[in-house]
Amino acid sequence: MAKQLAKGNEAAVKAAVAAGCRAFYGYPITPASEIADAAAVYFPAAGGVFLQAESEVAAINMVYGAAATGVRVMSASSGPGISLMQEGFSYLAGAELPCVVVDVMRGGPGLGNILPEQGDYHQVVKGGGHGNYRTLVLAPDSVQEMADFTALAFDLADEYRNPVVVLADGSIGQMMEPVQFPAPRPVRAAPPWAVTGERATRHNLITSIHLEAEDLEGHLRSLEAKYRRAEQREVRAESWRIEDAEIILVGYGIVGRILKAVVGQGRHHGLALGLLRPITLYPFPKARLRALAARAQAFVVVELSNGQMVEDVRLAVEGRRPVEFLGRMGGSLPSAEEVLAFVEEEVFSHA
Amino acid sequence: MPEYAPVHAKPHCFYERYERKAELQHQTHYCPGCGHGIVHKLLAQAIDGLGIQDRTILVSPVGCSVFAYYYFDVGNIQVAHGRAPAVATAVKRSRPESIVISYQGDGDLAAIGSAEILHAANRGELITVIFVNNAIYGMTGGQMAPTTLLGMKTTTSPQGRTAAGEGFPIHVCELLASLEAPAFIERVALGNNQQIMRAARVLRRALENQVKGAGFSFVEVLAQCPTVWGMQPVEAQKFVREKMTGTFALGNFRDRRG
Ligand SMILES: Cc1ncc(C[n+]2csc(CCOP(=O)(O)OP(=O)(O)O)c2C)c(N)n1
Ligand code: SF4
Repeated sequence: MAKQLAKGNEAAVKAAVAAGCRAFYGYPITPASEIADAAAVYFPAAGGVFLQAESEVAAINMVYGAAATGVRVMSASSGPGISLMQEGFSYLAGAELPCVVVDVMRGGPGLGNILPEQGDYHQVVKGGGHGNYRTLVLAPDSVQEMADFTALAFDLADEYRNPVVVLADGSIGQMMEPVQFPAPRPVRAAPPWAVTGERATRHNLITSIHLEAEDLEGHLRSLEAKYRRAEQREVRAESWRIEDAEIILVGYGIVGRILKAVVGQGRHHGLALGLLRPITLYPFPKARLRALAARAQAFVVVELSNGQMVEDVRLAVEGRRPVEFLGRMGGSLPSAEEVLAFVEEEVFSHA
Repeated sequence: MPEYAPVHAKPHCFYERYERKAELQHQTHYCPGCGHGIVHKLLAQAIDGLGIQDRTILVSPVGCSVFAYYYFDVGNIQVAHGRAPAVATAVKRSRPESIVISYQGDGDLAAIGSAEILHAANRGELITVIFVNNAIYGMTGGQMAPTTLLGMKTTTSPQGRTAAGEGFPIHVCELLASLEAPAFIERVALGNNQQIMRAARVLRRALENQVKGAGFSFVEVLAQCPTVWGMQPVEAQKFVREKMTGTFALGNFRDRRG
């Protein structure tokens, strides 16, 4: 199929339908609304369910219901709505139900604004709901990746029976780029644990309750084993000119694109810069960073936030190298020049 | 062969033994005289009567009936506090052949889940909602519910509920009857055998409506919580019959056949 020009938000929907998802429940919020708009067209056209819920609380519980019956299901929102979904994420993870939620981040806290930010890293990557669980998180840097990662998210959700979040920001959601959509896949059969309303699944039970201490601990240990497996198998990151880099720039999503320009400009000025762009934010590319720390001199983390992912980079680097942080907030993107000046000032002048 | 056929056989769609329950697998976790136990039995009989056991999916709430899945040998989904109608909505939309029951208490449905029930009803979801109104939060130990009667003392209204302080009890059937979509809305009670027999018929109707595709069906059951009310079961049943029905009028509010 030829490439099509699409908005990031629309690309997520088309890719979801191609991945065999046939149920969408959501509530409008800028800058994610086009996802619901597109879903309202594409899901019914594919014979699927689209429903505008009365709130994000209802939407995520509808996702829970659809997932319990064994169908691929998704939702989408932004910060304020994702906050309301946190109890639902916790129940989904506890009951081991697969689903995909696209989070198109905007400025916060509170109503903040509708400009691109990455201030919800902690909320999403650390799991803002209660209890011992994780969500797998994929961070696209382009419209193509919005499509690819949405499709991948469904496979990961099934594989790990866990919610997977595609964590984009307003700029990825809103930008238009040519996309090669994945070939449509058939709707998969309901997994054996699902409650489908048929005799064969009558004995199945979806629940997150484990009353006895040993039962709950056993359940949590099995969740942990699953998360360890994901940490071993699912880590994804893009490396860009890091072979001989002395300074490693680290940024995800739209920031990764800016940092590629910084690497180019820096190298033009004779600075040995490279980029590591985490793609899975959980599981985080800890081992990659640790390996880089063995030979790079310093790390510079750039985020559209007050400094959230930088904590994970510091944990991975374990104090072996300096980790500097540059953050912009409120919807302003740093320019490549600004980042380069920061690198020269903070890192090279101290070296 | 027994000489007489048993009159009170356990409904077929109850498990023979409650294996999901850790101990005392022949009895329920409900207190003696609890309304939930009666509603469970009536519901199980209705499922048996309609022959829909294999197709039924029971959505159980947070509240004393959180463990409904211990008893019903049907597809079971346990959900977050108040959200059963949202979950049931999606279950039914993804599995239109299934018979979906949302079973909820008054805190679950009329307080924290008031938005979900209102909108599921307003969309006319093809589900059956069973609303067990015992005027109190049973599971958490007797706090005020949206349906607590005026003057009733609870742990969080120790002087008795007042209209000025805590508002009037919410009449959920009347509220939902202001919507156009619902097909069936009725309030029944467990105050005596006659009321219980009526409740049995109405529960069956509410399920049959779903089988026939008639539309959103809602049954409110005025039920006793002897433990938290601090009454003997007989006294509690009298309270349902004499006091609760005074605040919550029994009757049908909507009956549109499919
Ligand atoms: C979000 C959330 N808030 C509070 C609770 C605690 N909680 C559990 S059951 C319950 C009230 C149940 O009362 P009701 O719905 O009337 O059912 P009953 O136990 O009387 O049958 C509450 C507040 C919870 N589980 N989840
Ligand atoms: S506390 Fe009340 S509602 Fe709960 S099981 Fe006991 S009698 Fe029933």
